[in-house]
Amino acid sequence: MTSTTPTMTPPAGDAGRAGQAGAGPGAGIAALIADAPVPQPTLAKTFAAMMAREFRVLRRNAIATFTRTVMQPLLFVFVFTYVMPKIGGGFMFGGAGAAATAGAGAASVNFATILVPGLMASMLLMQGIMAVTFPLVMEFSWQRTIEDRALAPVPISVLAVQKITAGAAQSFIGALIVFPIVLVVHAAGQAPHVHVTNWLLLAVILVTASLLTASLGLLLGTVMDPRKMQMLFAVILLPATMLGCVYYPWSAMHQIRWLQYLVLVNPMVYMSEGLRAVLTPGVPHMPMWAILTVLVGGTAVFGYLGTRTFTRRVLN
Amino acid sequence: MTGSATQARPPAGPEPGAGTAIRTEDLRKTYKTARGDVPAVRGIDLNVPSGELFGLLGPNGAGKSTTIGMLTTLVLPTGGRAWVAGIDVVADPVGVKRRIGVVTQNNTLDMQLTVTENLEFRSRFFGLGPREALRRAAQLIDAFGLGDRRKAIATDLSGGQARRLLIARALVHRPEVLFLDEPTAGLDPQTRVNLWDILRVLHDQGQSILLTTHYMEEAEALCDRIAVVDHGEVLASGTVDELKEGTGADTVITVRYERAVPDGLVAGTGLAGRAGVGKVETEHDRIRVFASEPDGVLGELVAAGARAGLTVRDAAQLKPSLETVFLNLTGREYRE
Repeated sequence: MTSTTPTMTPPAGDAGRAGQAGAGPGAGIAALIADAPVPQPTLAKTFAAMMAREFRVLRRNAIATFTRTVMQPLLFVFVFTYVMPKIGGGFMFGGAGAAATAGAGAASVNFATILVPGLMASMLLMQGIMAVTFPLVMEFSWQRTIEDRALAPVPISVLAVQKITAGAAQSFIGALIVFPIVLVVHAAGQAPHVHVTNWLLLAVILVTASLLTASLGLLLGTVMDPRKMQMLFAVILLPATMLGCVYYPWSAMHQIRWLQYLVLVNPMVYMSEGLRAVLTPGVPHMPMWAILTVLVGGTAVFGYLGTRTFTRRVLN
Repeated sequence: MTGSATQARPPAGPEPGAGTAIRTEDLRKTYKTARGDVPAVRGIDLNVPSGELFGLLGPNGAGKSTTIGMLTTLVLPTGGRAWVAGIDVVADPVGVKRRIGVVTQNNTLDMQLTVTENLEFRSRFFGLGPREALRRAAQLIDAFGLGDRRKAIATDLSGGQARRLLIARALVHRPEVLFLDEPTAGLDPQTRVNLWDILRVLHDQGQSILLTTHYMEEAEALCDRIAVVDHGEVLASGTVDELKEGTGADTVITVRYERAVPDGLVAGTGLAGRAGVGKVETEHDRIRVFASEPDGVLGELVAAGARAGLTVRDAAQLKPSLETVFLNLTGREYRE
């Protein structure tokens, strides 16, 4: 790394150092002080600048982020709504169970229809964690790079809110990317039945669900031991997704009552069911009041706890 | 920002008045750990006028970083008070952060961003508009000799380049006080001297600077005034000359024998009462003499040892320096 820079290579080094220590750059540094701008930071300006930084990084990593976002849902719908129906395994999924639950007109509820809201919700959770928890764990460990942002002229709690906002934005974008994929990838005759009647409600569900995952991401990022990051998948992401009504509607679980009640502690359930309610109203779903209560309340609780632990970790 | 920290404190401190960069009163920090309370800073009083280059000198673990942490608002004091640029660090941390630049000991550059972007976004965090921020970034890059690395990602910089960028980044908004925590730790000697030059230029421009260092020669080479810190307390402070004079301006002669020094050996030398000799300390197998007139002392100690049948294993004569000051203050050799 050092060999590429003239100031560090031995022969050219002396010249470089002499130049740097000499009159020219010395004068440059002196001028820095003399001509320094007198900025007037405000909370809004600093917050906006921090968001701009996130989007700069997001744009730079666009291809990697896009690939990471797309692969899992793409393969999932490909296997379960294209490959499986073609090879005759479709009856296993959604067929009997969902049809029975759905009652009249249930014959039209195919697995693809179940998956559209489910995979979008699972994407929200993944993105929320990826966008907030992982960077945060890095920032708190090793060189404690968090100190850089912590020295910006805003209260530490604003920094936490900014992390939630940025994570939610990334989560939201992830869901938008997934939507067309789960919509169009399927075998002939297996098209999902998506019918949005209330766009405003769809937007509200997407935004609150994004904020919920980002708040959860902040809380996890501040309480997780960096050495136990693998546990995050085993203990949180995997159970939350598998038992989060991603691959089946909540109402279909009435066959297993204890589990149906148990999964109510999983915030993922309300994200899946919320999207199910607005995207595929033909499938039975939870009442909207329950969904919105948990999405908004959960965001408030996780956001509050996350901000608190974040502030404690930043300030010794 | 945290309610618990600000309560029970008056909203604003007694105005330390213009012209004071840093002031602390009995500043303390005790960390609560599973093994009980660990005091890191045990009541430090500092008074640094504007424009001064002030050094906190002490070995690793002396409490320097904790002190700088409290002054830069990232560590909450558990006692005492502190003002930076006249603002109470606990009552108004945001006000303090607006007025300071901080070079952390760790490399806290934004590793996702390029050299230019690190400066650009820091400028924007401090309120510059996007275009102004880019202009300031370019100016800083030129002044700090990072022109050929402007598009490099921060992870690809050498140690010296990273340190220069860290200093540049602390200067985006012309801070009233610049804090540097161990700015040259881990750098090669040449790069270190380079950074000294930069700090001297900044100082000449009237920049108030507080730096911590565990290198004596760094403190001696750069600082107007120094506070010698160990175990969370200020042992002495003043200019290098004042410190040397205050502690006797002595040369320190240390002789280590092959075994413990027997009683009566020191008395036999007649050094204790001699003119030009200050303290004479005996510690197990060694004798240490603080002398303003060191001539002949070493010879006397060797001869006295020979009379008692002791071979000298090691001998050293240190000219008056911060090291002798530290020895005099603590009775311990300086551990870097």
